[in-house]
Amino acid sequence: MIFREKIVEKILLFCAGIAVLGVAIIGIFIFREGWPVISNTGIIGFVLGKDWAPTQGIYGIFPMILGSMYVTLGALMIGVPIGIGCAVYLAEIASQRLSTIIKPGIELLAGIPSVIYGLYGMTVIVPIIRDLFNNQGFSVLAGSIVLGIMILPTIINISKDSIEAVPKEYKEGSLALGSSHWQAIIKVVLPAARSGIISSIILGMGRAIGETMAVIMITGNSTLIPESILSPVRTLTGNIGIEMGYASGEHQKALFATGIVLFVFIMVLNLLAKLIPNKVGE
Amino acid sequence: MRKSIKNLLSLILVIIVALSGCSGQAGNPEQKSEKEQIVGTEKQSILINGSTSVQPLAEELAAAYKEINPNAIIDIQSGGSGVGIKSAMDGVVDIGMSSRELKTDEKTLKEFKIATDGIAVILNSQNPVNDLTLEQLRQIYAGEITNWKEVGGNDAAIIVVTREEGSGTRGAFTELTGLELVLSSAITQGSTGAVMTTITSDANSIGYASYGSVKDNANLKLISIDGAACNEENIYAGNYKISRPFLMVTKEEPTGLAKDFIDFILSDKGQQIVEENNYLKTNK
Repeated sequence: MIFREKIVEKILLFCAGIAVLGVAIIGIFIFREGWPVISNTGIIGFVLGKDWAPTQGIYGIFPMILGSMYVTLGALMIGVPIGIGCAVYLAEIASQRLSTIIKPGIELLAGIPSVIYGLYGMTVIVPIIRDLFNNQGFSVLAGSIVLGIMILPTIINISKDSIEAVPKEYKEGSLALGSSHWQAIIKVVLPAARSGIISSIILGMGRAIGETMAVIMITGNSTLIPESILSPVRTLTGNIGIEMGYASGEHQKALFATGIVLFVFIMVLNLLAKLIPNKVGE
Repeated sequence: MRKSIKNLLSLILVIIVALSGCSGQAGNPEQKSEKEQIVGTEKQSILINGSTSVQPLAEELAAAYKEINPNAIIDIQSGGSGVGIKSAMDGVVDIGMSSRELKTDEKTLKEFKIATDGIAVILNSQNPVNDLTLEQLRQIYAGEITNWKEVGGNDAAIIVVTREEGSGTRGAFTELTGLELVLSSAITQGSTGAVMTTITSDANSIGYASYGSVKDNANLKLISIDGAACNEENIYAGNYKISRPFLMVTKEEPTGLAKDFIDFILSDKGQQIVEENNYLKTNK
């Protein structure tokens, strides 16, 4: 019996090992492929370089770093208020019947493939922006709107769980002291659930930074530093996604180097998520 | 806890060692093919080098050729047209590939035109502009002309659409128009389809794509360059400036597998593959 337990334990350990190994191998591979370009260009030259002309050996990804940041920030500005609002409504206000309609809707939203979001953005949102502002349409704004919708399920689900995890007594105490329902939500429930809400925002950020296909289709992928939210923009993931097809030699390595920067971005985000205390109310 | 972490790390180490062992044993493919050439009496191999633009087409043709002649080994490398021509002259390769016409001192080579690559400049069908000079086109893509009224169109900003760096179409377009750098605010799309979608939906946009892939699209306008309309006749005749030949060159009259492969490319079957890849056939 004990012998069998041991075998099962080893098999499970093997599974855990594969997962860690996956990260390790991908990490090593990206760094091995991409590092030569970064060290040749110089870290500062690569990260802060404003020109990207890989076929001429010029590698500067500053416009793409800014692009990823702008699009992600824009997505958060749209997705966070809507997402938290929806989470509060589902957890605190919605009737049983309404939430049985809304919840499957959110799950479906999470299940839509990103290329469909991209197609929608390209054929609906981009033309609307083009008509409204009389410009090219492909822009930071278009990317932010679509990504803002894409990160909603992440934000809603995690925020809702953390709001529901707030002990009932907190809210009851607040109501007993004479506050209204809205005051109880704003002053007591949300602050108590803030660690979960912040984690949801960080995870949403991770999703927005990592999104590739939809972004390629709607942001225009220009390599200039965006001047406004109506400028076309290229993100780090978009840079890899759009050029990988035909890239070879040094050019391909430069795309791996872009991957290194992206890797560091995501690692920092995950570290931030880890730093947030998990317990309600802390 | 600590023990299990140790276990995990040792497991990872074992797998890494095993994997690196595997990759170490995978031999050098070039050596292998040479060996086979000597050992196998029926096997033949040829080496092709040259234009990076011709290479993808050559790979497709080689794959189709291997279905007919499974013993053939066709090694295709891409070092650029210059390298391909020089290697063919030096006799280092069996066939060289070039995506430009041969210069006079290179004419000693035997040349076979396997396809023509024409690039259409496309506008939205609502755009009144029908003709641009090559210089105007270059200026538009360099960001020196930014409004359609400067080239006889409406008073509207030009939305420049380009392909991503590394794309063969972009390479050919910049080379044939003499562009140094495409303006960085240009909308960059990763495929011909995405370029066409952008042009059809934006009345003020300009883009380019292989002639073969856009010639039948009614929503797009293929404009004339330097007065020459973008059609097959003008591309074949060389009147339409944004086009280039795909050449296979050999030092001597080709023999054996090299001859057989070139014959296959020029056959109906080979030319059909050329058309499927959106290039123009040579035998009309």
